Amino acid sequence: MYPESVRASLAAVEAAREANIAYEPRRMTADEKSALLAAFHPDHRKDAFETLVIGPNKGELVPHELAEMLQAKSRITSDAVDLTKPDYDVDVLVIGGGGAGSSAAIEAHEAGANVMIVTKLRLGDANTMMAEGGIQAADKPNDSPAIHFLDAFGGGHFAAKRDLLSKLVCDAPEAIQWLSKLGVEFDKMPDGTMVTTHGGGTSRKRMHAARDYSGAEIMRTLRDEVLNREIPVVDFTAAIELILDENGKAAGAVLMNMETKDLYVARAKTVIIATGGAGRMHYQGFPTSNHYGATADGLVLGYRAGAKLLYADTLQYHPTGAAYPSQIFGALVTEKVRSLGAKLVNANGEVFMHPLETRDVSAASIIRECNERGNGVATTNGYGVWLDTPMIEKIGGEGTIEARIPAMMRMFGQYGIDIRKEPILVYPTLHYQNGGLDITPDGMTTEVENLFVAGEAVGGIHGRNRLMGNSLLDIIVFGRSAGQHAAAKSKDVTVGALTLAHIDAFDAARAEAGLENDAVSPKLLPNYTKERSEV
Amino acid sequence: MENMVNIFLFGKKYEVPDDLTIMRAMEYAGYQLVRGCGCRNGFCGACATIYRIKGDRELKACLACQTKVENDMYIATLPFFPLAKQVYDINKVSTTETVMMQLYPEIYACVGCNACTKSCTQSLNVMQYIAYAQRGEFEKCAEESFDCVMCGVCSSRCPAGISHPQVAMLARRINGKYLAPDCGHLNDRVQEIKDGTFAELIEALMQKPVEEMKELYNHRDIEK
Repeated sequence: MYPESVRASLAAVEAAREANIAYEPRRMTADEKSALLAAFHPDHRKDAFETLVIGPNKGELVPHELAEMLQAKSRITSDAVDLTKPDYDVDVLVIGGGGAGSSAAIEAHEAGANVMIVTKLRLGDANTMMAEGGIQAADKPNDSPAIHFLDAFGGGHFAAKRDLLSKLVCDAPEAIQWLSKLGVEFDKMPDGTMVTTHGGGTSRKRMHAARDYSGAEIMRTLRDEVLNREIPVVDFTAAIELILDENGKAAGAVLMNMETKDLYVARAKTVIIATGGAGRMHYQGFPTSNHYGATADGLVLGYRAGAKLLYADTLQYHPTGAAYPSQIFGALVTEKVRSLGAKLVNANGEVFMHPLETRDVSAASIIRECNERGNGVATTNGYGVWLDTPMIEKIGGEGTIEARIPAMMRMFGQYGIDIRKEPILVYPTLHYQNGGLDITPDGMTTEVENLFVAGEAVGGIHGRNRLMGNSLLDIIVFGRSAGQHAAAKSKDVTVGALTLAHIDAFDAARAEAGLENDAVSPKLLPNYTKERSEV
Repeated sequence: MENMVNIFLFGKKYEVPDDLTIMRAMEYAGYQLVRGCGCRNGFCGACATIYRIKGDRELKACLACQTKVENDMYIATLPFFPLAKQVYDINKVSTTETVMMQLYPEIYACVGCNACTKSCTQSLNVMQYIAYAQRGEFEKCAEESFDCVMCGVCSSRCPAGISHPQVAMLARRINGKYLAPDCGHLNDRVQEIKDGTFAELIEALMQKPVEEMKELYNHRDIEK
């Protein structure tokens, strides 16, 4: 139920619906997009960033909140644990139990490696579980990996590392096939043809989905497979520091039980960071669509051990976070809602943009509509614009919403909003970490040998913006690949004496740079106690 | 001034704003959650919660992240429930009801009490999908159980000791892998890529100057 204050605007949206369905808004030109992003995208707010003064990316800009964690003290001193008595000794240590970590563990296991997963919450507690819209792969006759490449490269502002992007698009169909063979239930026609739709910035309909539980369906299947293979999972245990060997190669991690705070030493021949994103850092005070554990831990672990970051100054704000009601403020409203035909409408009932621009452009456009143009709808948490969901039923027929986006129907239904009959209010929400650790195509970091990275903790696959459906894809493609390469590499590794000397070196650098705050990292979890809301 | 309500977390009384979800109310009360908190958006099943409104006979179940507090709500979270997950090889399982008899024979001890369905936090017809599983109708079981977040509340209420979410998980994987129609265009494309059909095209894109890539991108045709 909407409050009285927005009813007039709601009526305007309803009155204009028929005309708005017929209206085909034009897409913005390249110049219009550039100007819009420079003026309104949060990445361009200079006061939200600062320059790193220590570490491999010294001199580069990152958000304040990330700078604090990257340059903070370790949670432990270098003598906190006895490195000569490892509690775990494995070939491949996977840090993180989401889609990338699980894919990596399955492939490492398949390759015969002794692999272990450590995760600070439960196996499957990850942004993967929350991805709703779908996964891209160029597998239709009118499509090709080359077209997919061009869409993603342009959508990412021509900044992607091309060797990584080429791997992403070329391995995509096989990733879908691999998931299908594991039993993931993709939406299909009776003859087996995949039901595919557009996402923002795609030039072909290549979005594969499992209703709007795409990520959940993938994640629960991967989790089931990890358990079937009886791969050891040490849950409710965070990696809080990487361990190197005397030759400077990655050789394990210090682990901390999240409940008892007990410390453990895990020795490994190769280490895979698959710790996911950073939405719970709440950059610039934004709400987030992310999982409770999305706190950039992997970036911090890697950075302190000498690994380089790429594009850590660029974040993705999903254009359509829930703006109302406040209980779900910032929760993801899948892009698939727009793929199915719903348009973005301002307070006056006007369609103000093409609904399938790329995410950064869409987010900036909504911010402009609310801020500069004053066409937003006031809510308890700020402003929003309408996403006219009833259009979907008019275009696709009655029952389309229940069949294709049941999770959205349920989420708003909890608060008395029937999205089949009433539109919803949306505003950008912090959604994805475009940047991350710099890797080569085999998944290893450019600076630290035997340290692999997969999933959202990687930077460079997508460039400075990511298309819908390319993240579920990248966790599978690069997760599997990291597992395979880390397992292969582990066969030739002889681990030298373990050391945490990099903590001392980092402390010395901190002192030299005059960093005197007491912050410790990684953050592990946000703290919402005693607060009225999440931000 | 916001409206406050009294809630009872594990029996202890706290006063919290009435528009908070149970999860946020716990945090407002001072709990730093480690257990019982995951995606905070209704997808992961970490925050299964049982509650009773004072004076009501009925015991209710919900996800703490998706449910608003009410006055006189007695709340107990269920951050973990010991579901029985059987280990199997997806490449070797039977695709008939035989697999259920082997791995989850307890489903045949269902007494039809419907407590699972009544308690489902996703409002699924749990008892119905178990009936489909009993009969080896895995496509129907998969369909009926699709929105399951595996929170485990159903199993906590089951007198027969059934691990419903795990039964459904097995049924969905069998359906996805064996019963759903095979996808011809996907298999074709995987083969084409293996055969190097697109290698030259991709190689060309790898080398092109950014300005040319921008031209290509800005003038590409977009499928309607």
